[in-house]
Amino acid sequence: MARITAGVATSHVPAIGAAMDLKKTAEPYWQPLFAGYDWSRQWIAQEKPDVVILVYNDHASAFDMKIIPTFAIGCGERYKPADEGWGPRPVPDVIGEPDLAWHIAQSLILDEFDMTIINEMDVDHGLTVPLSLMYGQPEAWPCKVIPLAVNVVTYPPPSGNRCWRLGEAIARAVESFPQDLNVQIWGTGGMSHQLQGPRAGLINAEWDNRFLDLMSQNDGEALRAIPHIEYLRETGSEGIEMVMWLIMRGALGRAVKPLHRHYHVPASNTAVGHLVLEPAG
Amino acid sequence: MITEDPRHQDIHEYLAEFEDIPGTRVYTAARARQGYHMNQFAMSLMKSENRVRWLADERAYIDEWPMTEDQKQAILDRDYNRCLELGGNIYFLAKVFSTDGLSFLQAVGTMTGMSPEDYQAMMIAGGRSPEGVRSIKEKR
Repeated sequence: MARITAGVATSHVPAIGAAMDLKKTAEPYWQPLFAGYDWSRQWIAQEKPDVVILVYNDHASAFDMKIIPTFAIGCGERYKPADEGWGPRPVPDVIGEPDLAWHIAQSLILDEFDMTIINEMDVDHGLTVPLSLMYGQPEAWPCKVIPLAVNVVTYPPPSGNRCWRLGEAIARAVESFPQDLNVQIWGTGGMSHQLQGPRAGLINAEWDNRFLDLMSQNDGEALRAIPHIEYLRETGSEGIEMVMWLIMRGALGRAVKPLHRHYHVPASNTAVGHLVLEPAG
Repeated sequence: MITEDPRHQDIHEYLAEFEDIPGTRVYTAARARQGYHMNQFAMSLMKSENRVRWLADERAYIDEWPMTEDQKQAILDRDYNRCLELGGNIYFLAKVFSTDGLSFLQAVGTMTGMSPEDYQAMMIAGGRSPEGVRSIKEKR
């Protein structure tokens, strides 16, 4: 039987990918950010997940304004890094896991989550930066990946509560897959950041750390109840990406054991947060 | 697992609250409609052959798109606050500033009225405080 063994949360700032690709990670600006992922890289080398369900958002790369799926699941064989306007990142292709992905897609639809199914797309920094942070720069990514793209660009994005419930449904779907697979679920994006207008540059370390506390605790009522307007006011217009963390958190169940936590300001315009959690029954 | 239904969210109240955030334009459906062609124009710069044509003659390239003159001028001026007002979205506009060789940090800073050096220094010092810029009405 397949099982979800852990959840990872991490920001996915494009400049982090650029810093790795351009070998700047030891520079004083970047060193403290990457140091917070040392533990996680050792941990994942031991955990060796077969599959990562990677919850992220596309930033006008695979999806333009023609089609705006709220929740979309990648059921393809492989995905290439997107050219986001400065050429594709020099990272390996992302290899899919179509059997499990289609199983999850079918299960979710029967569970009343009407997913969009994607067979071909390129994946942007939202998906490849978390892989780089967790695995460094390997020749090939050590796990299969099921991309799960969430609309957090055009309003309204899904509510935090809906995201949590999608996570619960994903966990049920994984548990009903007959093959013995070690599956992780990652929630990416955030933390506080605003990339637009005169208020750009907003960072709210106090709020972010309270969110990290709530993510690491049992129960999820307080997290699920956070309305969009609170993310916008407190964490900047792009802080809304944190609803994607709730898909991961919902999939882990009510109780979790926090294994690792890291918070750093800034990466470019953004506060970087990172958690490693295990389900605790 | 916990699966009770959430309370119903009124769409009018939901949208009205967005207008109360200082210095911020939330990318609502209304803005997405207004800016559709501007954002699709920006999206076209994902392709390197289009970037070459755009850089060779910006005016000729942008005239191929059914945008308003205001929208075209805002793009040509790289006036990103004006672009946001006219329905632009930052992830689409990013294709324009990436083609110019600007990072998110450099481009985003231009919208704040700060110099690039001051904006970068503010971010390194921990970013812009949310104090006083959460709500126009409530002055907090």
